[in-house]
Amino acid sequence: MSAKSSPTRPTPEPTGPVALWRLPLKVLSSLRLTVVLLAFSIAVVFFGTLAQTEDGLYLAQAKYFRSYWAVWSPHAPDWRWLKIPLPGGYLLGFLLLANLLAAHLTRFQFTWKKSGIFLTHIGIILLLIGQLTTDMFARESRMRFAEGEFRNYTEGFQESEIALLTDAPDASMDQVVAFPQPLLRSGAELQNASLPFRLRLVDYHPNSDPELRNDPKSGEQFSGVGREFEFKGIPETHEMGSKNVPSAVVEVVGTDGKSLGRWALSSWAGDADMANVLFVGWMRSFQKRGDGSPFVRARRLVDQITAPQIFEVGGKRYTLVLRPERYYEPFSLILQRVTHEVYPGTDVPKNFQSRVRIDNPATGENREVDIYMNNPLRYGGLTFFQHQMDSSSMNLDNKPVTVFQVVRNPTWLTPYIGTIVVGLGLLVQFSIHLVGFLRKRPAR
Amino acid sequence: MNRSLPLFGFLLVLLGLSSHAADPVPDFGALARVPIVFNGRHQPLDSLGRNSLIQIRHRYSLYDAKEKRTLPATEWIAEVMMRPEAADARKAFRVDHPDLISMLRLPAKNESLGEDGKHYSWNQISPGFKEIEDQAKRILATKKDASQRDAFDQELLKLRNALTLYMRLKNTVHPQDTTDFEAELKAFEAAIPPGVAALRDQQAGRAYPTNAFETLLRYANRYDAAGGMEAPLIIPPEGIGPQVAWRRTGEALLSHIRNEPLPPAVGHWAALSTAFRNSDATGFNAALGRYDAFLASQRQLAPDRAKASREVFFNRLSPFYNTMPVYVAAFLLVCVYWFRFTEGARKLAWWLILGAFVIHTVGLVFRMWLEGRPPVTNLYSSAIFIGWGSVALGLILERFWRNGIGLAVASSLGFVTLIIAHNLALGGDTLQMLQAVLDTNFWLATHVVIVTLGYASTYVAGFLAIIYLVRGLFTSGLDAATAKSLARMVYGIVCFATLFSFVGTVLGGIWADQSWGRFWGWDPKENGALIIVLWNALILHARWGGMVRERGLMNLAVIGNIVTSWSWFGTNMLGIGLHSYGFMSGAFLWLGGFILSQLALAALGCLPPRLWRSFRAA
Repeated sequence: MSAKSSPTRPTPEPTGPVALWRLPLKVLSSLRLTVVLLAFSIAVVFFGTLAQTEDGLYLAQAKYFRSYWAVWSPHAPDWRWLKIPLPGGYLLGFLLLANLLAAHLTRFQFTWKKSGIFLTHIGIILLLIGQLTTDMFARESRMRFAEGEFRNYTEGFQESEIALLTDAPDASMDQVVAFPQPLLRSGAELQNASLPFRLRLVDYHPNSDPELRNDPKSGEQFSGVGREFEFKGIPETHEMGSKNVPSAVVEVVGTDGKSLGRWALSSWAGDADMANVLFVGWMRSFQKRGDGSPFVRARRLVDQITAPQIFEVGGKRYTLVLRPERYYEPFSLILQRVTHEVYPGTDVPKNFQSRVRIDNPATGENREVDIYMNNPLRYGGLTFFQHQMDSSSMNLDNKPVTVFQVVRNPTWLTPYIGTIVVGLGLLVQFSIHLVGFLRKRPAR
Repeated sequence: MNRSLPLFGFLLVLLGLSSHAADPVPDFGALARVPIVFNGRHQPLDSLGRNSLIQIRHRYSLYDAKEKRTLPATEWIAEVMMRPEAADARKAFRVDHPDLISMLRLPAKNESLGEDGKHYSWNQISPGFKEIEDQAKRILATKKDASQRDAFDQELLKLRNALTLYMRLKNTVHPQDTTDFEAELKAFEAAIPPGVAALRDQQAGRAYPTNAFETLLRYANRYDAAGGMEAPLIIPPEGIGPQVAWRRTGEALLSHIRNEPLPPAVGHWAALSTAFRNSDATGFNAALGRYDAFLASQRQLAPDRAKASREVFFNRLSPFYNTMPVYVAAFLLVCVYWFRFTEGARKLAWWLILGAFVIHTVGLVFRMWLEGRPPVTNLYSSAIFIGWGSVALGLILERFWRNGIGLAVASSLGFVTLIIAHNLALGGDTLQMLQAVLDTNFWLATHVVIVTLGYASTYVAGFLAIIYLVRGLFTSGLDAATAKSLARMVYGIVCFATLFSFVGTVLGGIWADQSWGRFWGWDPKENGALIIVLWNALILHARWGGMVRERGLMNLAVIGNIVTSWSWFGTNMLGIGLHSYGFMSGAFLWLGGFILSQLALAALGCLPPRLWRSFRAA
């Protein structure tokens, strides 16, 4: 076998200065680059998958796929020295896009025989762009509430905020001033025109553990929860299924520069989910130690740590809270009923279903709807998915709780269109091949 | 064409299917069809026996060396449930690890004493229960992640699971130490009125007969313990409604104390058990007939009974297990054809594979009917389906080229995937219920089926490449025409694979968007499928760009085998992500070995043509 090394499509070589500026374009549009980029894509997807065992899904995604460069190292300590540099997902995505566009601008000529390839490439472009816009514009959050409760907001998975609540003119509502995640750093000064004071962030821990103060004196400088509890900073976690719980120490500073009190804030108290975890943990430890009435004691502690932290400035009452970042919506959902079915004689879940009532005062809409696995609710630009599917969890008042994953993705339709276009393109192209092949074969 | 050949092929296939028909005196055939519920699934007693035996003994039946006969699964489970002390002496547990055998002081291989060094009875293992429990606790506490556990740890945990399962089975019909269930039931019913009266007196603070009270309490504790074993559910519901469900015997007996009527099924099972224990085959068959008549009289049980009968038929047929030898025979015939060029061998192989394919298809469709699901619902069925798709593709290729290559691919992939399926079945029930997240026939029918066809076609391309490399490198039989036809086949199949793996993968994305709100989540299984798509696209572009020719195409296609295996099994071994519903670790070595062999083959494929036996002369 001899391998001839002539390119499939010989093009007349331009000469002179034209050739010089054409060279980068030629490289950019070459099939060779396509193959190299595909090979690197395979490598980065592979190593990005391996990295998930250590980094967890979220961090591995950020490191390998939402990046321009990445370096992979093996798990085992003996092999740590091995470092494999890789191009990141963004870089590969942009280069593949450029390669594709350049190829179509320079060497690709449309013929009906190649219509399938054309369609396929258009679809691929749509998919790449769709993934990019999703990365840029999509927001994932969640909604967690118990039967009978209502929510007009969703909460961020990772992001937290420090919020100040005051009574609004309309008594049924709160007025909220929230400082989002990017502002939360040790030493930061938080202020807002509507507030007659500012907040000084003395300390901020992205992850923390709550502890009862052994020495009551150490908490004397605090008002509120900080008198009894201390929130110790611990390293951030990236594992699947575990969550960072931030805490902060905040000094309220009046316009005259005088301190109006020091407060300990924590998501352990501001996030109902976490308060539930604390309750169960405390109850177990009381049970283990054989202390009397563990339920009551744990409940009392939780009530203590979640007690509202309120202060007054200029005749107005403010509540301070550190909690998962909230995104408010102009409508609310009321959880009517949670249904949890298992297969007979087992704990294996069969169905998890929530019935909610949508209440939208702006449009006057008021109706009930079921949300369950593979049957999300799309409403108001959001999509609500039934999230937890393991066991039915209860809140502190023993009411069944449901969790929705809530996604806002304005470009959610692009992958659908891209998929159809690519699928069609491949089908057309390979059908052309197949028909050609069958024609060439002599009749048997 | 010789007309007798196809007929002969079919006869061979049918021979492979004929199963043993030992007829013991108790009617185990009828017992096999009795419907029960286990692991949330309605199934015949036969399936419970088979799926339990395959887990604890790695076989669907039990060979007793002393009695020199094979016990079918139903006979074994009848013994476990109704005469446990006899079952306890049967060597039903497979123990392979030498350290485990020595830790439990189990006898070594000794033919004259009837010890094979692999299978042991409950009675032989029972002195070591405490040791097993202590070790298991240590392993579970110190090595939480399954990947940290070594072979010994895994074997020990497996044995512990097998013993637990066996315990559950022993307490199915009645508490395991019951000697005469019929008599016990009578005594129990007689003990209830005085016992309940005594209980009332005790509650009211009056004097009460301690004897009657304690007798009832003893029964209650007994049935509570048996009911708490998570035994299979054998008491069918009476009447129709959402509240009415299958129950365990223990539960039914306990509710009887609370004044609920005793379900007739309990009485039937008591009669069965007592007759069985007394080796009264006639009485047993009569009781079985009465129970069957009772079940038939319950209209709400009609679907369960019908499904149980169908499933027993399917178990007897064992379509996948029985087609394996046919694929092997066909592969050998293809080899004969290649070395001797006897067209008859090729034709016979064609008809054999076609016959096996028909049975493979029947099995697949029957499974779908049983489950009421599309063909692929778990790892096991994906193996069956990949095999089916590969055989279909191989047959199509053979119809076009008639050079034995399609047949070689069909028979080898058919056999290999069925072997993989057989080993996956060691995990237990292959018809198990689906996780809630997968519970949608639409996406199972589209995404899963198409992506699995993508796997199958990538494997077919890879195996075609193996044929090219092996024949070209090691034999002088790869002539230019065959080489060219192989290259065209591989190219065509890669196109096909690109289409299916792409469409399948993005359909998965759409499913994910529908159920979790993200089109692409970089989950390991998703990434594995994406790598297959990218790899196939790479092959096509490398070929269009003239970067690879015939041999390069073959080397890339062989690597495709690695890529597909990684996606199919490797990602499940990572043990993370939403798709890791089928973790198995023993397969890790096999996967590693396969990957190495493919790498070696591709490396050899890079040798210059003068070192290839087929190309040397040219």
